[in-house]
Amino acid sequence: MTTVSTTRQELDYAGSERLTMNMGPQHPSAHGVFRAILQLEGETVVGVDAVIGYLHRCHEKLAETLTYAQYPSIASKTDYVAAMTSEFAYVMAAETIGKIEVPKRAQYLRVITSELQRVASHLLWLGTWCLDMGGALGGGATIFLYCIREREDILDLFESLVGARLLYGFYQVGGVRYDIPDGWAAKCRETVDLIDQRINEYQRMLEENPFFLVRTQGVGVISRDLAEDVGISGPLLRGSGVAFDLRRAAPYSSYEDFEFKIPVETAGDCFARYRVRMVEFRESLAIVRQALDKLPDGPISSRPGLKSVAQTRIPKGETYARVEGARGEVGCYLIADGSAKPYRMKWRGASFSNLAVLPHVIPGHKVADVVAIMGSVDPVFGEVDR
Amino acid sequence: MSSATVSADEARALIAERFSGSQVEGTSPMVVTVAPDAWLPFAAFAKETLGCRFFSFLSATDWKDEGLEVVAKVDNADTNLSLLVKSRLGAGVTTCASLVPVYRGADWMERECYDMFGIRFEGHPDLRRILLQDDWVGHPLLKSYAVDTPYPPYR
Repeated sequence: MTTVSTTRQELDYAGSERLTMNMGPQHPSAHGVFRAILQLEGETVVGVDAVIGYLHRCHEKLAETLTYAQYPSIASKTDYVAAMTSEFAYVMAAETIGKIEVPKRAQYLRVITSELQRVASHLLWLGTWCLDMGGALGGGATIFLYCIREREDILDLFESLVGARLLYGFYQVGGVRYDIPDGWAAKCRETVDLIDQRINEYQRMLEENPFFLVRTQGVGVISRDLAEDVGISGPLLRGSGVAFDLRRAAPYSSYEDFEFKIPVETAGDCFARYRVRMVEFRESLAIVRQALDKLPDGPISSRPGLKSVAQTRIPKGETYARVEGARGEVGCYLIADGSAKPYRMKWRGASFSNLAVLPHVIPGHKVADVVAIMGSVDPVFGEVDR
Repeated sequence: MSSATVSADEARALIAERFSGSQVEGTSPMVVTVAPDAWLPFAAFAKETLGCRFFSFLSATDWKDEGLEVVAKVDNADTNLSLLVKSRLGAGVTTCASLVPVYRGADWMERECYDMFGIRFEGHPDLRRILLQDDWVGHPLLKSYAVDTPYPPYR
């Protein structure tokens, strides 16, 4: 009598065993809670099943129970590494449906904070990614500690502006909550100049390191076709040869007033994504400088005062608002029914789509490359699971 | 006229020609409402003819007694043509054609949509829950699913 094998082992054509390896959910390279069930042939990955949802809080249901004044500070908990841009998408959706004007000064303050946030987020990405590939980079934690040091400077700026270092609640429907305090602009310029210099230093440290190049060049190639099909966005999409940046493609919040380049690389590998982000650092810093130079006077909100904000009601309508976050297109599809709370809110997290590309890219790579590829995707699990 | 250079007006004319029962409103995004049986053909048309190769997201809305509505967003990254495609499935209907044969990104999005709304996407290669665990009861984003849910593990 033949029996059906119930073990997980399968035999491949060469007669060797396939091994199922569990990576995560508490693996340090995941930067959060992410489980990948890898099918291995020797050291080569032949199949990936990604398990997500460990951080799921059902933000979309939450948004239906919270008012337009309450939700922005919860929105920052989706992508908690770039909280400013998450809040931005939500308030922009509400403002679009309600046809609420945002004063020019508030628009500029939004630009300054989003760009500083992008730099802070990219710094955390660079540091942790290099730490993941640690041993190969001679010195391991060096870049990580440098990047965290610079990120702290930006968080200090946010702290003196908002009072919080990570989750802000700075944006609100109609404008922003606080104006910049005395001396903030000067301090900001100092920080920007400092980071601008140090980025060059890091770039030299990494690009003159042959181990870094070997571990990133030609690894994790995402073709343009796959990139668009899966809907990855931000630095990943631009690393695969698509010049698509919402700040240029569909300008919002006065981005058309600033001059900046959209970096594009065509290789589609980890190194290309790294190069795109390295240019984005400098472009973001340049935007901050321009915005500080041109910062207009005037009110910071078209709905000043606590009462007016708390009573925000948005008329019937629907829209899809999107901003270019640090990880790509952060979108908010909002349906308003005329009350103080939305009828439906769909959160399009950039990391969710970016992570969805992994099962298409990882097979064929070694286990060690999985770490490099995952780091180059830069997922934030608050935004994946929402 | 190649798909890379379709303007908004040309797109409107092409949609009216190919999908006569559809409604088109607005420009950014251009909202297109199609019949449920045109859901998959329209996606293929948007990708091939209109050049909307960038798949942004797929989700649904629960309109209570009027039933579920699926919604998908696709973009043409070259011309910035931005389409929001919607389709009402009708009262009590919980099946819809899967877009996975056209857009690979629909894979996870449809799994999430199944998880949250219970819509069964026909033709999806691996339709199972993605954010909630496999033994979860109910679909949280349905309006009938109360926030203080009667389902385990909370009750």
